[in-house]
Amino acid sequence: MSDSPAVAIHGEAHGEAHGAAHNPALLHHFAEPQQQRDAASLGMWIFLATEVMFFGGLFCAYLIYRRWYFEDFGAASKSINATLGATNTAVLICSSLTVVLAIWAAQTSRRALLIGSLVLTMLFGVAFLGIKGVEYKEKFEEHHVPGASFSFDRVPIPRHPDQYANPQHAQIFFSLYFIMTGLHALHMIIGLGIFTWLLIMAWKGRFTPEYYTPLEMGGLYWHFVDIVWIYLFPLLYLIDRHP
Amino acid sequence: MATPSGPQGERENYLNKHYGVGSWLLTTDHKRIALLYLISITFFFFIGGFFALLIRLELLTPAGDLVQADSYNKLFTMHGMVMVFFFLIPSIPAVLGNFLVPMMIGARDLAFPRINLLSWYLYIIGGVMMMHCMLTGGVDTGWTFYTPFSTAFTNTKIVEAGLAIFVAGFSSILTGLNFVVTIHRMRAPGMTWSRLPLFIWAHYATSIIQILGTPVIAITIVLVAVERTLHLGIFDPKLGGDPLLFQHLFWFYSHPAVYIMILPSMGIVSEIIACFSRKRIFGYSFVALSSIAIAVFGFLVWAHHMFVAGISVYAALIFSLLSYAVAVPSAVKVFNWTATLYKGSIRYDAPMLYAFGFLGLFTIGGLTGLFLACLGIDVHVTDTYFVVAHFHYIMVGGALMGYLGGMHFWWPKISGRLYPEGWARLAALIVFIGFNLTFFPQFILGYVGMPRRYYQYPQEFQVLNVLSTAGATVLGVGYLLPMIYFLWSMRYGKPAPDNPWNAAGLEWKTPSPPTTFNFEEEPVVTWEAYNYEEIDAHSDIRPDEEAPSVG
Repeated sequence: MSDSPAVAIHGEAHGEAHGAAHNPALLHHFAEPQQQRDAASLGMWIFLATEVMFFGGLFCAYLIYRRWYFEDFGAASKSINATLGATNTAVLICSSLTVVLAIWAAQTSRRALLIGSLVLTMLFGVAFLGIKGVEYKEKFEEHHVPGASFSFDRVPIPRHPDQYANPQHAQIFFSLYFIMTGLHALHMIIGLGIFTWLLIMAWKGRFTPEYYTPLEMGGLYWHFVDIVWIYLFPLLYLIDRHP
Repeated sequence: MATPSGPQGERENYLNKHYGVGSWLLTTDHKRIALLYLISITFFFFIGGFFALLIRLELLTPAGDLVQADSYNKLFTMHGMVMVFFFLIPSIPAVLGNFLVPMMIGARDLAFPRINLLSWYLYIIGGVMMMHCMLTGGVDTGWTFYTPFSTAFTNTKIVEAGLAIFVAGFSSILTGLNFVVTIHRMRAPGMTWSRLPLFIWAHYATSIIQILGTPVIAITIVLVAVERTLHLGIFDPKLGGDPLLFQHLFWFYSHPAVYIMILPSMGIVSEIIACFSRKRIFGYSFVALSSIAIAVFGFLVWAHHMFVAGISVYAALIFSLLSYAVAVPSAVKVFNWTATLYKGSIRYDAPMLYAFGFLGLFTIGGLTGLFLACLGIDVHVTDTYFVVAHFHYIMVGGALMGYLGGMHFWWPKISGRLYPEGWARLAALIVFIGFNLTFFPQFILGYVGMPRRYYQYPQEFQVLNVLSTAGATVLGVGYLLPMIYFLWSMRYGKPAPDNPWNAAGLEWKTPSPPTTFNFEEEPVVTWEAYNYEEIDAHSDIRPDEEAPSVG
């Protein structure tokens, strides 16, 4: 645990107390950099736990309606462009790789690679949102956006081609589709904001092999947003695709 | 370190180190943030209390003479929303927890001081939104926002109230996150888990609920807001949605939220009872782990709010059983506190009076909770005043009594002044009498069939309702008194010694009021928690006679 030995002095002049090990990034209320790093990391993991619960409510709603309206969800899911979804999955996985590269670059003092990886990560993020926009546009044109002009008439159910899907139930699918992917996209936009800040810090040369905690925390957030997509993709795009 | 003198010749402390509005609004000192919270939640407490007053006035007579149905619906809704989300949930953690958690574990501050300040601002933004919502029309659904009434029928300001709670919820999440990280990572050398004060264990358990529960109400509010604004059918049965899903999601947070309110109060009572019995708490590890057990079990009982909502009989049976189970760790606490009193050198100071009040009232609230966990009785008393009386015994008789006890216990540390003990004991007595007079008649009213949330009632219920309203008036006086003498003591109270109660615990080893970084040297803990036998063996000075020590 954190029962750190030594460092018993906590006077006003803490710079003196920390002596040669003093780091400008060390905040006054921490005894040593390791404690500060551990606190940041635990805090980030707990924050991610709250995010799991946040999305968890949506996944719970999805599971219930998927079970209630099994065939209608299948039919509605089939109308989404899975190629775009698969491309986006690939884009996000690549972006996770560049995040890891950025952290490694900071650990090994490779400034050009660090900045390049951060820029690439952000480009992947923007590409993801662009492709998502194309997908939303398709849905809009097909009148699959829930609301007054929603229509899902005479769409056959995959397993019973002689029956049509219930538009009301399909609308619940599309509601969940837009809320889940919309909240995910919002998290991507926040991620882009965080990475802009990381890029500025990296540009100013703030990260060293000894201090790169913000990169690690930003990276954890980015990976989390990726993982949410890894669950969204099969649940929304693939539930009724068969070879 | 030298101790420079403040303007009044006082030594430097967290209150007089800096002056000016900016030094408060931009502070990252956990103690100053605690005071910011104290002022804000007190404001909302009196707003919520004002609504309660109007409700009780209306119920003085069987007819609807003060307000009509629509206004009455808004009154009890806003009373609930304000009291739950803007007073009870932040109350003890954000005020006393903020102030004491770092000091009790020997830290200079919480792990994330700026996030701590951010959480206060989020609370204030949420509070301003809620005030705006209430001043421009309010909400009439009850604090539970049940769908489809909230999403498809009512014309009141659901979305704005929901967003206010959403924002305030983030404040609660950040407080919990800060506490968990602080308790894990910031403990002083020697402060092992088994030496932590039970107040810390209680806040740790509370934080777990805040972290894991609050996001679920957040997403539920998002779904309600989206459904209401875009007319989707997620919860609306007319459009294929499931209103029960809303209730499941809502109570998944809102039942554990009850433990967010009561657990910190239990932590306070553990501190007070040990100190005023001059004994180590009986069964330390059982009391500590029962807090964790309550947090865990608390997540598994939510559907007992839905026994008559149409869930399956088998689900109801299991939730009934689990609701009984959650009573076990609560009872463990009550028995351990009682065993601590046994053969203790009990002193009847104001904090202890509140702790005694808590013991009795929480026990009544808890036992009537078992009535409600029982399927047969629950069907009879669902949505009656029996339920209202039950949860007020827990939230007001339990949580609020603990909060007041804690405020008295730590007031000398917070303000550096002693409150007037005689007035405080009188106030504790008035609160206890007023509380029981208000809420005990409601048990009877509910049992004989008076439903909750109605502004009119048959003639035969009037006597009990008059008693309840009279009690509420007494209770109101009981709440005003501490506010008056606390404010009075800030100017005229006697200066407090560092440890007026001769209490164990690291927070008492700091000056009263503490300096900005709490400890001049990081403490090293070599003793067990609640070592009162040891403390009393080493000092024959009566706590009251102890001279104030000067740093």
